[in-house]
Order: sequence, then structure tokens, then C-alpha cells
Amino acid sequence: VVVERPGTLVVALVGLYLLVDLLLKLAGIKVPYIGGSFSIGRLASLLVDGLVIGLAIGLAGIGLSMTYSILSFANFAHGDYVTSGAFVGWAAAYLVAGLGMEGVNATSLVLINASGLDLTVLEAPLAILLGLVVAGVGTIALSLVLDRVVYRPMRDQDGIALLIASIGVALTLRYIIAFVFGTGTRGVTGVPGRLQLGPVTLTYHELTLLVASAGLMLGVHVLLQRTKLGKAMRAMADNKSLARVTGIPTERIVRNTWIIGGGLTGVAGYLLVLERGTMGFSFGWVLLLLIFAAVILGGIGSIYGAMGGGVIIGIVDNLAIIWLPSGLTRAAAFFILIVVLLLKPDGLFGGVSTA
Amino acid sequence: MSADVDTGSESSQSRASGSPLDTFWDLLGRNDAVMIVVYALAIYALFTVVVWAVFPPESFTNALFATLVQLTFFMAAYALLTLALNLHWGYTGLFNIGVAGFMAIGVYSMAILTNSPDPGPTGVPGFGLPLWVGIIGGTLAAALIGLVAALPALRLDADYLAIVTVALSEIIRLTLNSTTFQELTVAGVTFGTGGARGIGLPNSPVRALFYPGGDPGAGTTAFGEATFAFFEGFGITRPPVVVDFVYAVLLVASVVLFYAFLRRTGNSPFGRVLKAIREDELVARSLGKDTNRFKMKVFAVGCGLMGLAAIIWSIGFFGFVNPVFFRPVITFYVFVALIIGGAGSNTGSVLGAMTFSGLLLYLPQLLEQSSSQVLNLLSGGQQVQTPSTVVGAFGSLGSLDPLPFLAYSLANIGSLRFILIGVLLVLLMQYRPDGLLGHRKEDAASVDLLERVRAGGESGGRATADGGDAGGERDE
Repeated sequence: VVVERPGTLVVALVGLYLLVDLLLKLAGIKVPYIGGSFSIGRLASLLVDGLVIGLAIGLAGIGLSMTYSILSFANFAHGDYVTSGAFVGWAAAYLVAGLGMEGVNATSLVLINASGLDLTVLEAPLAILLGLVVAGVGTIALSLVLDRVVYRPMRDQDGIALLIASIGVALTLRYIIAFVFGTGTRGVTGVPGRLQLGPVTLTYHELTLLVASAGLMLGVHVLLQRTKLGKAMRAMADNKSLARVTGIPTERIVRNTWIIGGGLTGVAGYLLVLERGTMGFSFGWVLLLLIFAAVILGGIGSIYGAMGGGVIIGIVDNLAIIWLPSGLTRAAAFFILIVVLLLKPDGLFGGVSTA
Repeated sequence: MSADVDTGSESSQSRASGSPLDTFWDLLGRNDAVMIVVYALAIYALFTVVVWAVFPPESFTNALFATLVQLTFFMAAYALLTLALNLHWGYTGLFNIGVAGFMAIGVYSMAILTNSPDPGPTGVPGFGLPLWVGIIGGTLAAALIGLVAALPALRLDADYLAIVTVALSEIIRLTLNSTTFQELTVAGVTFGTGGARGIGLPNSPVRALFYPGGDPGAGTTAFGEATFAFFEGFGITRPPVVVDFVYAVLLVASVVLFYAFLRRTGNSPFGRVLKAIREDELVARSLGKDTNRFKMKVFAVGCGLMGLAAIIWSIGFFGFVNPVFFRPVITFYVFVALIIGGAGSNTGSVLGAMTFSGLLLYLPQLLEQSSSQVLNLLSGGQQVQTPSTVVGAFGSLGSLDPLPFLAYSLANIGSLRFILIGVLLVLLMQYRPDGLLGHRKEDAASVDLLERVRAGGESGGRATADGGDAGGERDE
């Protein structure tokens, strides 16, 4: 078996080296080429950070994975759906939180420009929650409109044509946001309080992200396992023509795919901004490759794969700092994407192209 | 075979009938060189009008010359990149969206090879080799990285290949950007990428023609004197622009060479296999072609050309580059150019590159640079307050005063042009996926399959002369 899969052997050896290196570092042993020092507390906080980011990436990845399997194309505009959701949601949150306040006009609220309005989840829970809902609903509306205008007339074209069209959609969306909101990076949230949970500290915003994404993922799981919709989606991902001749209303399934995927994506963007506190017009685009990495890692079409892949990519992106200089950690995440595509193109969780 | 190949003027003469105008249109449609030149002249004319409208008469000549030189630079540079990509996507059907990464490899390798080992406090040390070594080395490095990437990646499906190549280009950019390789010493030789600060590029050899050692501070050579005086005769008084002009001519010459190379490649037996892979790889393989070998070769050659194109562009255009220039978005620019022109046609590639870089990238930039004059023109001299937000801009539109909205749009034309490019890309994919000239995509056959059908009635001899495979091919 080892001789048949030399690539896997190399990966296993590198993994073993990194593991031994980590253990030596934690023990504080330094020998040539391996070891060093690294505190357990730092490792724990990196793991938590990775988990939090990873959940948001996984949430966004579910949408990408679903459209990839059901519509058979890699949606390069997906990152800009993330951005759109964040901007729409935060505009709504600002409007709710700031309306009626003295010296703040509605224009600057909608454009998320009002300074001094540093929202935190403890002080303005209602505004944040409402923003979350608007982020989801707004992105659903956007996905449906874009599907109707751009992708539906192209249903019979091949994946590459759709991919290229999605690059056009990505450019359009991103620069509409830049045109409306400007190209600067803005601070959006206030400084959240911290919560001590055993050895790790979490901010309330990280906790919100954790709870919201875990809840939404559970919801999607129930929805796809218990309803006919889930079964129809799995059938469509498997074989579109067969699905159609068995009487599955394919267009309605496609619409539902965009509704679920778009909603989760918008919410993911909103939550990511809640966690990091700042946003700019291209932050989703920058995340796109990470989301792709998560989806491919987990296996395209599998929503559990997207969740798991997201968490793995989030943790790799954070933990890579143990072994690599800070400028190269993101490159490491992309490198893992390439290695997985080459060695295990069906994804880590074993080629399930169904939900 | 397409008109890309039979550009013979004799046939156009024989077909031309009637008025000189008919002859002109016929020539335009059949002779690609004429088509490109006429199209370029039309774009130049448009820019001339714009410059005439926004610049005051006393600086018109200088401004026009500088603008046209800049325009030529852009169009030729994008034409080089688009032609290189056409070899991958147009001829072979390889969906490579890592163009930026291979450009970066080419330019950085060239810079590291040629940079002086002792660059002073701000520079990045290199190997201090002559420029021609750097150019060849950079091209080979890009080809080599392309080959390494191709080894495993070409087993993947098209959309996976896309993701792998774009991830690779980001890995390359992030690596160049990291402080780790900013400056390092291997076996006693110190060199580096300069990290996020960027890396200095060698002086262009064209400058050395005009200034001793390429340094404007050191006076002017005899050739420089004469040339500057010559251009001054036309009212062009800015020597740096004259230097750029000469380099732009070199760039255009490179486009001609690239074009000739690609056309030869496309018409060779090697090129026919590439087209066969694009049409149906399984068929090509079952005819005994080792398609993976062909794909690897063409991937390496195309990547080398991308590196070379970026090198030629950067030497003449920039004093230094940093990794920001090689973000994935430049890959998409080249792709948009190719899709506008029509993947699979070299002439289309050049036309697409001219359309994209001239009309979609540079024209808005020019308008933005002279936005106050443009606004003056639109408002007829009356003062317009530019709204600070989009709400203000749309508010004024509601009260039937379009000028503040126009002012806001002009101030944000950088964003607007990308909205336009995105919409254009979607519309192209929906209504005209072939682009301007994609319908002339060359067949994988060495003879024109359509022509035989056309000519069949008149000369039966020709059809039989083509051999017994005629029936099989007509089935397609």
C-alpha cells in the first residue's frame, strides 16, 4: 500500500515531523532542526481562534458546496456574496441601533459611517440580531436575483462558462459595494467583553459566532435529513437528468439551494465582521480561496465536509504560525488545498458527493 | 481553416468588386494585420478627441503624445499576455487562472539575476548578471515553475485546475511578500525578493541609448540629442516620453514576434494536437497521442511566455515592482481581454487586449485624471459640488440635477469601470461566448473542412485528393 501511494507517505512523514516538533516545542526542548519553545496556553488560544474562524468559513462553505454540486460550477462570486451579506446586515444593524439617536443622520447610518456607534452584542443585542436576519434575507434575495438574471439563462452551458460568468458577477458585486460604501476599511464593532472558559478566553462576539454557526449548521442538518428537499437535492447532485425524469422539480430545487446557501453565506459574512470588527469592500474576495480550500478539503457537495473542512482550514491557518513565519501561514492553507486536490480529490471525508 | 491563416492579399483582391469602399471592407475582413491596424487607429482617434476636449490647446501636442505612448504601452503589454494565455485556454483548453503567479516568477527571477550584488542601503542585492541573462533566466524560471505545476495539476478537471492555478499564484505572491525571503544568504551569496517593499528593476536598455549609462543626470548621448531635437520639431518637448515612445515601439515589435510564434505553433503538427485536446482529449489519446506530454509542454511554454511578457512590460514601465502588482485580479484582466477578443484566435486576442486595456482600463483612468476638466465640459462651465456619499449623488438625481451624480461617478470611475467590466463579462458569456473573433477558432485539422464542402460541387477532384478520411470527418 505504501509503495502505491507515495504522496500519502510523504504527507504522513511531514505530519509526523510537525507533530514531533510541536511536542518538543511544548516541552521546551531544542535540538538542531527540531523543537523550540511554545506555551500550551498560546496553543489553546490559537486552536480556539481557528475553530471560531473555521466555523464561519464552514458556514460560508456550505453554500459554495451546495451550488457546486447542484449547479455544477465553481462560483467565484461566492466571496462577494459574503461581503454583500456583511454590508447589508451591518447597515441594518446600524440603522436600528442609531435611529433616534441625537446628532446621527440616517444616511451615515445606512452607509455604516456613523462614528461613535461602536456596537457590541451585549449593549445592542436586538440591533445585532436584526442585522443577522437582514444579512441572511438580503443575501438570499441577492442570490435569487443573480440566479434569475445571470445563471438561469446559462443552465445548459458548461461549468467553465458559468465560472467565467461568476467572475463577472464577482467584479460587479465587489465594485458596486465599493461605489456605494467607498473603498476604505472601516471599524464596525466596539470592543466586546471577555469571558473566561477554563483555560481559554472568548470574547462575547466569538461566542455569538460559535453559537450562531453551530445552531445554523444543526438546522441545515435537520432540514436536509428530515425533509424531502434534502433527498431531492442529493438526487440532483447525483444525477440531474435522472432527477428530472423521476419528477423532481429541478428549478425549484435550484431555487431552494440558493435560498439555503445564500442565506448561510450572508450570515457567515456578517458574523465574520462581528468577530474581527472591521470590514472592507473586498474582504470576502480575499476569503474566497480559503472557502474553496475548506469545501475541497471536505469533499465538494458534502455539507458536513464543508463544515469539517472549514474548521480544519481555520485551525491550519492559525496553527501554521507554530512552524512557519507569519507571512507564510496563509500560503500554507493554500498549499494544503493543492495537496488535497492532488492526493485525494474527493476530499478527506471520502468522496460523498451528497449532503 | 479560418481567416486567421489565409490572409493572402491576392485572394482579397480577386474577390473585391465594385467601389473602393467595398474593397476596403473586404480587405479589413480578410487581412488580419489591416484589421488590427485599423482598429488601433480608431482607438487612437478616440483618444485624440478625448485629449483634445480636456486639455488646453497650448499643452495639446505634448499631452496627446504622452497619452498615445501610454496607450500603446498598455495595449501592447496586454496583447503579449493575452496571446500567451491564448496558447493555454484558446488552443489547448487549459483553464489556467494563475497568470499573475507566472508573471511574478518571470519578473522577480529577472530582477534577482540582474540586481547588483552591492545595491546600496535601500536596494535588494542580486547576482549582478547582464540583462539578457536575466530575461532568459526569468523566462526559463517561469516555464520551469509552469512545468512543475503542470506535472500533477493536469490530471485534474478544468475547474479544479482553475482552483489549483489560482492557489499557486497566491502562494507565489505570498511567498514573495513574506519577510522570510526578503533577503537571504545561500552559500555565501546574498539575494532576496525585497518582501512587501518590492524589488528594483534594471534600467531599460532603451534609456541607455539616450543617456550615458541610462542615467538622465549624466547628460545626453549624441543619439539622444538628435532624437530629442527631431521630436521637438513636432512640438514634443518632454524627453522621458520620447524614451517611452521608443520602448513602446519595441513592445509592439514583441507583439508581432509573439503573434508569429503562436501562429507557427498553432499551425504545426504540435499545434493541431493541442487543438484536438481542446476539442476532445479522449479522441486525441485514442489516436495515439500522449496528451499529458503535450499538455505539460504547452503549459510550460505558455507560462514561459507569460513570464517573458511580464518582463518586457515591467522593464520599460516600472522602476520597481512589489507583490501587490501580482494579485489574482490581473489574471482576470487578461482573461477578460481574451474572452472579449475570442479565445482560440490570435488576432482576436490582440483585438481583445486592445479593447480591454485601451477602452476599459486606460480610458476611464484618463478621464479620472482630468476629472475637473471633464466635469467642466459636461456642466458647461458651472461649478459642481461633488457629493461625498452615494446617497447625496442619488438624491440630486432624484431632484433632476444629474451633474452631482456625474461628478460622484467621475470621482469613483475606478469602481465604475470594474462594474462595467463585470457586466460585460456576464453578457459576453450569455450572448456571445465566442467574443469578437472566437468564431474563427481554428480546427484541429490541417485542411479546411468547410472549404471542401463548399468547393465540392465545383471541383470534385479536390475532395478526392484530400483522401479517404473525408467521410469520417463530415460526420462530425
